[in-house]
Amino acid sequence: MILDGRAPIGPIETQWERHCRDLKLINPANRRKYKIIVVGTGLAGASAAATLGELGYNVETFCYQDSPRRAHSVAAQGGINAAKNYTGDGDSVYRLFHDTVKGGDFRSREANVYRLAALSNNIIDQCVAQGVPFARDYAGYLENRSFGGAQVSRTFFAKGQTGQQLLLGAYSAMLRQIRAGNVRHHSRAEMLDIVLLEGEAKGIITRDMVTGEIRTHAADAVCLCTGGYANVYYLSTNAMGCNVTAAYRAYKKGAYFANPCYTQIHPTCIPVSGDYQSKLTLMSESLRNDGRVWVPIKKGDNRPAGEIPVVERDYYLERKYPAFGNLAPRDISSRSAKEVCDEGRGVGPGGRGVYLDFADSVRRLGENSVRQKYGNLFEMYERITGENAYAQPMRIYPAPHYTMGGLWVDYNLQSNIPGLFVLGEANFSDHGANRLGASALMQGLADGYFIIPHTIANYLAVSGPGKADLDNPEFAKAREDVNTFIAKILAIQGRRTANDFHAALGKIMWEHVGMSRSEKSLKTALRLIPELREQFWEDLKVPGGNADLNQELEKAGRVADFLDFAELMTRDALSRDESCGGHFREEHQTVEGEAVRDDETSSHVSAWEFRGGHEIPEMHKEPLVFENIKPAVRSYK
Amino acid sequence: MKLILFIWRQQGADDPGKLVRYDTSEISAEMSFLEMLDVVNEGLVKDGKEPIAFDHDCREGICGTCSQVINGVPHGPQERTTVCQLHMRQFKDGDKIYIEPWRARAFPIVKDLIVDRSSLERVMQAGGYISVHTGCAPDANSILIRREDAETAMDAAECIGCGACVAACPNGSAMLFTAAKVTQFASLPQGQTEAKHRVCMMTEVMKHEGFGSCTNHYECQAVCPKGLKTSFIARLNREFLKALDSPEMPESFSGGFLNRGNPSR
Ligand SMILES: Cc1cc2nc3c(=O)[nH]c(=O)nc-3n(C[C@H](O)[C@H](O)[C@H](O)COP(=O)(O)OP(=O)(O)OC[C@H]3O[C@@H](n4cnc5c(N)ncnc54)[C@H](O)[C@@H]3O)c2cc1C
Ligand code: FES
Repeated sequence: MILDGRAPIGPIETQWERHCRDLKLINPANRRKYKIIVVGTGLAGASAAATLGELGYNVETFCYQDSPRRAHSVAAQGGINAAKNYTGDGDSVYRLFHDTVKGGDFRSREANVYRLAALSNNIIDQCVAQGVPFARDYAGYLENRSFGGAQVSRTFFAKGQTGQQLLLGAYSAMLRQIRAGNVRHHSRAEMLDIVLLEGEAKGIITRDMVTGEIRTHAADAVCLCTGGYANVYYLSTNAMGCNVTAAYRAYKKGAYFANPCYTQIHPTCIPVSGDYQSKLTLMSESLRNDGRVWVPIKKGDNRPAGEIPVVERDYYLERKYPAFGNLAPRDISSRSAKEVCDEGRGVGPGGRGVYLDFADSVRRLGENSVRQKYGNLFEMYERITGENAYAQPMRIYPAPHYTMGGLWVDYNLQSNIPGLFVLGEANFSDHGANRLGASALMQGLADGYFIIPHTIANYLAVSGPGKADLDNPEFAKAREDVNTFIAKILAIQGRRTANDFHAALGKIMWEHVGMSRSEKSLKTALRLIPELREQFWEDLKVPGGNADLNQELEKAGRVADFLDFAELMTRDALSRDESCGGHFREEHQTVEGEAVRDDETSSHVSAWEFRGGHEIPEMHKEPLVFENIKPAVRSYK
Repeated sequence: MKLILFIWRQQGADDPGKLVRYDTSEISAEMSFLEMLDVVNEGLVKDGKEPIAFDHDCREGICGTCSQVINGVPHGPQERTTVCQLHMRQFKDGDKIYIEPWRARAFPIVKDLIVDRSSLERVMQAGGYISVHTGCAPDANSILIRREDAETAMDAAECIGCGACVAACPNGSAMLFTAAKVTQFASLPQGQTEAKHRVCMMTEVMKHEGFGSCTNHYECQAVCPKGLKTSFIARLNREFLKALDSPEMPESFSGGFLNRGNPSR
């Protein structure tokens, strides 16, 4: 089937405005008759809930943490892009649009990206009005910094805690609506299924993570804002609880999963230190503004960094990409780091690391200036590694970080299931095959504050209120299915822990479906994943029961979904027979090792439809048409 | 290294709970404290025992989920460091480590090391926001903010809502938590309109939730992983005094929360 993203036609600059004019509205007095479920209260979910509540809808929200303020959006350090051009360096909506489409390696939907760029300015206004303390200069104006993949300074930031501050802004806007009675929130509630009535999304099933109770919730529409799936790699910069469960279970109910193979491996993370490692920590990309990346020219050179003379160092990003240097986009920087380590020139334990060196900046700006800009990051580095990065270079290595793939949505952010909307990292639409830094926060907030409030009304106005009734047998059936699933997990009583399986899966994915992929590696993964899954269902051990707080049970459910999802992701990577952005197929590269896209055959979104059990899913294509920015070889030289 | 752990185990809210001893070996200095507990838990699960329940998520010191009292100190021995960022190089072979949950009247225990912090949510709901509708904000640079004010606001806004301040305070007070939000908004021009209402409502709910108030023990400042200062509490008190005779004082307000100390004493 050929999928249609339903982007409006006509000049791109006015598409959204014209589209809004055509969308149906709901009269303010009628809005409270409509109930909207929002699953996930990170940037996307909290901003959506706040705005929908404000408009007068009856909103119910869910998250798995003990407070919405803890969603993983809180961990974003670097910043958020907007085309304000406050620095006067030639930025514009068009340039942000251009950079994002190019950064995504021409695999995103133009109309969505343009809208995102156009809304970016409203986001900054909104956040400032909420009291988000962005950095300011001495005259009181907002400050900007530059980020990877851009040649202008358009990134707004709040120290090294931009995500935290934006999330607290959205969270407080949502609390205001809780106080006003328009939003009802449930913490420690994990969504385990969605419920469809006559093919439309009309409710969800949750597990109360404290009492184990399985609950049914009915609504007129459901928004999934449940974040990304980078934890399929086990080790990632995501929080321990980040999962694919909500998205994957929606997929099993018929929602298409788009481009699952597009994953972003972030170049600047603290390297792995041992087998017990439970997660990886990101060092903000902003560090690349002042840090220089290098490795020794000689293989196996294990002199301390300070004793390696400059002429014996390879500042490989500056050498290969002089125009962007250390600010080359993430996919390119990560692959380059892997390359030099594969050549045996990596540093630190196991040779899996490269230097990020601040010595020149300390010399040029003074240690104090560097401390002012990055003090908290240097402290964090020292806490984790025990090393002082003012005195010796940081060691960094790429780590799974962000997932561009997600549930397929049209221009209205509606999935192929009517009534099911998907926002934030959980959807697929705006970043193509590679996301540029500081653009995920922008997308989450654009989706939640400025897009969904318009587009959801269009659906609700047609579907009408109050169609979903908890007495409908579909709810009881979905609840029963969840109960059966949990009972099945508890009944295995084997020998291996959920964590054990998760780590094993992560290893397969990192080795075979990681930074570079080949037909051979992907086929190996397609053999190994089902084997591991089989062992999981035979040998898993989950102690305790379902009737109280059981963290092993929570983990096991998520790992079960990752095991299924990993196969889908691998299949997608195999079917995408080209290199683009974060998806690097070894078969498709230039002699210098740069990615080679195939616009003839692969300029499309791959949206996968579940076919039951472990049947091979069916792929639907949404052709990508570029009318404004002509696809070209992405060059950062 | 080898360690002897004494960990609080409590099946549920009604269970009395007790400290249980666990002996560990093969703990590496590079591990984080939570990774050390992961190792203990993997062992327990393999033996068919229930693992120790503890709250955690980001493991980067920013989400505020992790919450353990280590040898009597919320978040443990390292200054300005959450449990998840604490590394085992802070301990040595043979150490005895006592691990307990946050203990405070307003934080009932859910299980083992996990407590219910929803009381903090309700304090925030009472006024921890600036009321602005989506889409009606003026251009961001039309509100100029002195850099010093922006920095004070940011310093206060760094609070991660973990609740260590409450756990450390002999009065179980959430003054530092509340003060941080009040200070953030009181430092900004956007926050002025609702300033009086905010401080009244937030302190009122704080009291109703069973938090005590400040009697200058400074324990909160000592354990705050983000280095929040008690000067914010002074700011809260000032903001409160400014609001005292204003019509914004809620009718239900019972007054006199200042220096009331421990509500259970
Ligand atoms: C370390 C790090 C640094 C980053 N830095 C930047 C940056 O500087 N700039 C930038 O633009 N982007 C950055 N990103 C990316 C960006 O932070 C995320 O993409 C974005 O915040 C995701 O927001 P979200 O609302 O979609 O999801 P999240 O914030 O992850 O929220 C997901 C929500 O869904 C809930 N949830 C998940 N599963 C379930 C379930 N089954 N049931 C119920 N609830 C569920 C969770 O409780 C949570 O509330 C960074 C990401 C990381 C990991
Ligand atoms: S787990 Fe997030 S702060 Fe410790």
